[in-house]
Amino acid sequence: MTAETVVGVAGKADAEYRTCQYTGLKVDIAAQTLIKANAVAAVVFLMLGGIMGLLVALTRWPAVHLLPAEWFYLALTGHGANVLLFWIIFFEIAVLYFASAILLNCRLAAPKFAWVGFVLMVAGALLANVTVLQGESSVMFTSYPPMQAKPNFYLSLILFAVGALIGCAVFFATLVIAKEEGTYQGSIPLVTFGALTAAIIAVFTIASGAIILIPTWLWSLGWISDIDPLMYKVVWWAMGHSSQQINVSAHVSIWYLIAALLLGAKPLSEKVSRTAFFMYILFLQLASAHHLLAEPGMTASWKIVNTSYMMYLAVLGSMVHGLTVPGAIEAAQRRNGYTKGAFEWLRKAPWGNPAFAGMFLSLVMFGFIGGISGVVLGTEQLNVLMHNTIYVPGHFHGTVVAGTTLAFMAVTYLVLPLIFQREVIWPKLAKLQPYLFGIGAAGISLFMMGAGTLGVPRRHWDMTFSDAPVSFAHSAGAFLMMGLNGIFAVVAALGGAIFVLVVVGTVLFGKKVTSGHKLTFPLHAGGGAAAGHYGSHPTVKLPGTIILVTIFFTCFVLYYFINWKYLSELWLFR
Amino acid sequence: MAVTPPAQKIWWNEPIERVELIWIVIAFLWGLFMFGFMIAWHFIGQQNLNKEAYRIAPSNYEAKVEEFAKKHTVREEQGIPVVKPPAGTDVYLLGRLWQWWPILELERGQSYRIHISSLDWQHGFSLQPTNINIQVHPGYEHVITLTPTEVGEFGIICNEFCGIGHHMMTGKIHVTEPQKRAEAAERLAEGR
Repeated sequence: MTAETVVGVAGKADAEYRTCQYTGLKVDIAAQTLIKANAVAAVVFLMLGGIMGLLVALTRWPAVHLLPAEWFYLALTGHGANVLLFWIIFFEIAVLYFASAILLNCRLAAPKFAWVGFVLMVAGALLANVTVLQGESSVMFTSYPPMQAKPNFYLSLILFAVGALIGCAVFFATLVIAKEEGTYQGSIPLVTFGALTAAIIAVFTIASGAIILIPTWLWSLGWISDIDPLMYKVVWWAMGHSSQQINVSAHVSIWYLIAALLLGAKPLSEKVSRTAFFMYILFLQLASAHHLLAEPGMTASWKIVNTSYMMYLAVLGSMVHGLTVPGAIEAAQRRNGYTKGAFEWLRKAPWGNPAFAGMFLSLVMFGFIGGISGVVLGTEQLNVLMHNTIYVPGHFHGTVVAGTTLAFMAVTYLVLPLIFQREVIWPKLAKLQPYLFGIGAAGISLFMMGAGTLGVPRRHWDMTFSDAPVSFAHSAGAFLMMGLNGIFAVVAALGGAIFVLVVVGTVLFGKKVTSGHKLTFPLHAGGGAAAGHYGSHPTVKLPGTIILVTIFFTCFVLYYFINWKYLSELWLFR
Repeated sequence: MAVTPPAQKIWWNEPIERVELIWIVIAFLWGLFMFGFMIAWHFIGQQNLNKEAYRIAPSNYEAKVEEFAKKHTVREEQGIPVVKPPAGTDVYLLGRLWQWWPILELERGQSYRIHISSLDWQHGFSLQPTNINIQVHPGYEHVITLTPTEVGEFGIICNEFCGIGHHMMTGKIHVTEPQKRAEAAERLAEGR
């Protein structure tokens, strides 16, 4: 079905709207309901995956060592699927509908079709959980052959992916409708542009997933005799890593969104921010090669071209956002009157608003923890220091938990009043939430990275090797790191539990927001006024942001060279 | 604002802020540097992973490793042969559910062509505490020229999940002083 026929089916007259009391924007009821459904599904799977994650962390805490081995590997497989796929992608579909229908003042294309996608995604996610819990499918998120899961494991992921693809199609069709019906003037807003980037990468990602998961499914059914393990990895990671780039595009869009809604922030320059997003589309897919740096048979030139994202042009994109997002916030805050010194704008930012606190922590931690470690991990030779050690989960908890998940949690505090039209219950608890979760996420990322540097393997039940015929002992430092990881996992889990509690409580019991009602976490006073005049920001003096990026850059360079120093001390190999 | 269309319809002609421009140039140059440094390490560095690999049936590889072990076994540890190949020769190591086989004894400062492959699932060769980590695939024989630089007992653990016994999969490499040097040390000790 093409976008055109979908438009025809949905029809112009069908759409119902309400008017948003804060922004005055038209809100398509069908889009609103779909956003709610996807957001609720996301939170349900976050809860499920979060519990599994806590069990995993408690098992890896040497002093606790909670689960037996079989359950540990099962929970770890379920944890990956539930949080990395289901939580994040359900939420992203909600973001796509918000960035198209709501921000463009437009009706959502083919809501019925969108519901089909939603049902497929729910069916896939449930089937995956049932299959994993039945045992015999503890193959981890990556499911590398020749290890084999039950056929339903692969089938569930295929179903989920088809559903997500439908969500992307609805998003694209909505953009077409908005353009045709002239619901906005000129170009789409930056946030929608970022969401478009995410959706385009998602199509590439899902196509790669289909190319590898469909044959693997047939293999598990016995219809195909053999899947080459190296070929599988090349194609699987075209899905596995690219899907993380969907997250990056989505959460960077959310940074801009929150900064705009709370502080009235404008991009410093539309051109720069959009080009940075565009670089993701052009170069991020090459990153799949990061996962094959320790494999046999890959040439150095293939590794260097791919892992450098063709000379780090996608990293450049992220580094640009790393300046333009805090820069836009600083500019907006200075215009709002916080002009003293280099940092009054940051000190007097709305830290008590969980949307802002979560967003800013996400920005800082994604850059410092996830970003820097990602580049180091993805450097051709340095990879051998950390490949498959627990450094790897350390890195991606920095990107996907401290970065993406925290940003999604932050924006939820805006979605609750704006879309669910409910007032956040327990606002004091909600204020604490991003800090608890953020500190926990930072802790687990850093301590896993530390343990990985000391050689602790990932996906491993027993770091004491007590049952191994040939004994081996990790250093005391490694045990300490894993213990600290366990403690911070508990902190993160507490933050996650509060999030789920506040969201579910608000959706079910929150006070209905009515006209003239003051929000518990008000949008910044300047926010509404700034909405009137938009475009690139004219302020040029951003001393605070310059200091922040200088600190970032210094850390990046130092950490990069420290790892080369480590590498140079290894045994020699060529 | 980021949530509304750009005010200037022709936004791509707006000038770029100076601070942005400087940062873009710095970030781009840093990217170029990192790109160049990976290439440079192939010339100045001693740690570069070889691409040399061959397709091989797991059963054929097993035969090769067994023959190698038979030839050079010097003793046994816990029922596993300890194999001491001559310096500079080909060394064969296999990963299987759930062990690294056999135990190797190498000399410090000598180079060995280490062949690694798996007989069943994927495994992760992880030399500890040195922390060299290499992926091992069934059907692919990876050849790495390795030169130990320290003396002692080193563990090989598995860091690619390979089923329920994954955490029991270990192996060992002993690294001794080179023969000549050890003999010289002995003579010195006798002389005293």
